[in-house]
Amino acid sequence: MERVFGMVRSMKPERTKYCPGCGHGIIHRLVAEVVDEFGLRERAIGIAPVGCSVLADLYWNFDVVSAAHGRAAAVATGITRANPDCFVLSYQGDGDLAAIGTAETIHAANRGEKFVTVFVNNAIYGMTGGQMAPTTLIGQPATTCQLGRDPAIAGYPIRVCELLQTLGGVAYLARGSVDTPKNVLAAKRHLKKAFQLALDKRGYCLVEILSPCPTNWGMTPPQAIAWLRENMLTYYPLGVFKDVSAEEKRA
Amino acid sequence: MEQKVLMKGNEAIGEAAVRAGCMTYFGYPITPQNELTAYMSVRMLEEGRVFIQTESEIAAINMCYGAAAVGARCMTSSSGPGISLKQEGVSYMASAELPVFYVNVCRGGPGLGNISPAQSDYFQATRGGGHGDYRVICFGPADVQELYDYTMLGFDLADKYRTPAMILADGILGQMMEPLVLREYRPLPGLPSKQPWRLGDPSTKDPILITSLILNPALMEQQNFVLQKKYETIMRDEVRFEEVSCGDADIVLVAYGTASRICRSVLETARAEGIKVGLFRPITLWPYPFEQLGRLAERTKEFLVVEMSLGQMWEDARLAICGRGRVHLHGRTAGGIPQEGEIVEQMRKILASKGAEIFRNF
Repeated sequence: MERVFGMVRSMKPERTKYCPGCGHGIIHRLVAEVVDEFGLRERAIGIAPVGCSVLADLYWNFDVVSAAHGRAAAVATGITRANPDCFVLSYQGDGDLAAIGTAETIHAANRGEKFVTVFVNNAIYGMTGGQMAPTTLIGQPATTCQLGRDPAIAGYPIRVCELLQTLGGVAYLARGSVDTPKNVLAAKRHLKKAFQLALDKRGYCLVEILSPCPTNWGMTPPQAIAWLRENMLTYYPLGVFKDVSAEEKRA
Repeated sequence: MEQKVLMKGNEAIGEAAVRAGCMTYFGYPITPQNELTAYMSVRMLEEGRVFIQTESEIAAINMCYGAAAVGARCMTSSSGPGISLKQEGVSYMASAELPVFYVNVCRGGPGLGNISPAQSDYFQATRGGGHGDYRVICFGPADVQELYDYTMLGFDLADKYRTPAMILADGILGQMMEPLVLREYRPLPGLPSKQPWRLGDPSTKDPILITSLILNPALMEQQNFVLQKKYETIMRDEVRFEEVSCGDADIVLVAYGTASRICRSVLETARAEGIKVGLFRPITLWPYPFEQLGRLAERTKEFLVVEMSLGQMWEDARLAICGRGRVHLHGRTAGGIPQEGEIVEQMRKILASKGAEIFRNF
């Protein structure tokens, strides 16, 4: 019988410590599958951010360096410039990438640094216990905006792909989601494209993945999936926002 | 044949770094160290190495963190306000045991302060600087040749101990031109290989983790003890200092960097006037030459610390003398430069008082 699913080499045989219904487990696995499919395990370096995925090294079976909060893009820059043979993958949450690390993200993207960022957007701070994120939706409650995000006080949720779209150094931008198996597979296709363009040294590549956080949203896992679909997918449309290889084909 | 040239301090640091095999330089503009960043932007590219003008000092030190993690010699530089921003990354690198060499061409503070020379980042440089229990190796060179020589040694010691090492200079040293012998770089013998711990090395079989996060309190405390053990070795083996005319001295000036150059002139004029004065010059500010300075208290009882800050190195001198003599202070800061005449006048007062009080110039 044909074997269609199993453990991947770039994933350690560990049970994750993430909450039930969390998207990180799926996204870690997607990353590991793509690392294996490209044969990159020996030269891959994952950057663990500050946030729930700070212990990503427990699960990924390749080299990992943990960065200071928000500094993953700068650390990735240092690695890829010092040793261009390494394949660098920065894995960052919304607070890490779009609040404290906004400057590092924008400038790494603008310089066209040759690495892949996996941006997990769950519209909340997970590890610190449910504070408002830069991507928290209007009206969405958090421990630091308990009546819901009020734009008069806290501004508006940041659409990261759209924000980075104008920058010259960017090779690939796409937004996926892990709310259905179909979207999981689409997210994997985005990752593969991003890996390919980074390997081809085309520029900065970012894949945003919408992901549920039942614990900090105060929901059951099924409720969280439904909430993501009803609220996040409308504000954060899925799709490819930039692809330098597709632009060339059109030209 | 080693070439002798006339060179600016900031550029001498850059040239020494290039010759010492610095592969990556990351910097953000700030006065009075801009010549160093500009110099590196030319020389690093000439050598086919990495230069990035970063979006911030925070980004620069974190790029060093990345470069160091794959085993590349890395460097950044700045002045006080920018060095404050870098403390986040320095703390992480000390904790993760990653080597980095950086330079603070110190200016007046606190806050934005001014762009005049000062030594007022001494506490920041010698107490670690960022959060947590750590120290960084810190040199306080006094001329352009020493900026060059201790840059080379700084890279070596950072690698030898897998720890951050730095130079604390000031706006005068950075900006002035002096004759410089472009010594050939000779690495310290026996520097350890980075192969066992660097990331991205295909010859390493098992995944390697570089982190400063250890959630288990017992294990994080253990890592702190490992760091302290390393710092003890550095304190034992890496102390550097200079003693001038201390043998018969009734009073010893204690000064480093630019302030020590002024004190050298004081020595000449004051000795000619019959004041028996010596100079003790720490070259490593951390590890501080506590024992070596303390030994002078066996015969000399009066010490005058001359610094371009308001009592920062004074604290270390008092720790070194530890009540066995009197430690006085001559401090100027934020562009205020200690004046020979005022130092001599303060020495006269101290010697005339016969141990009655501690003198401060402000």
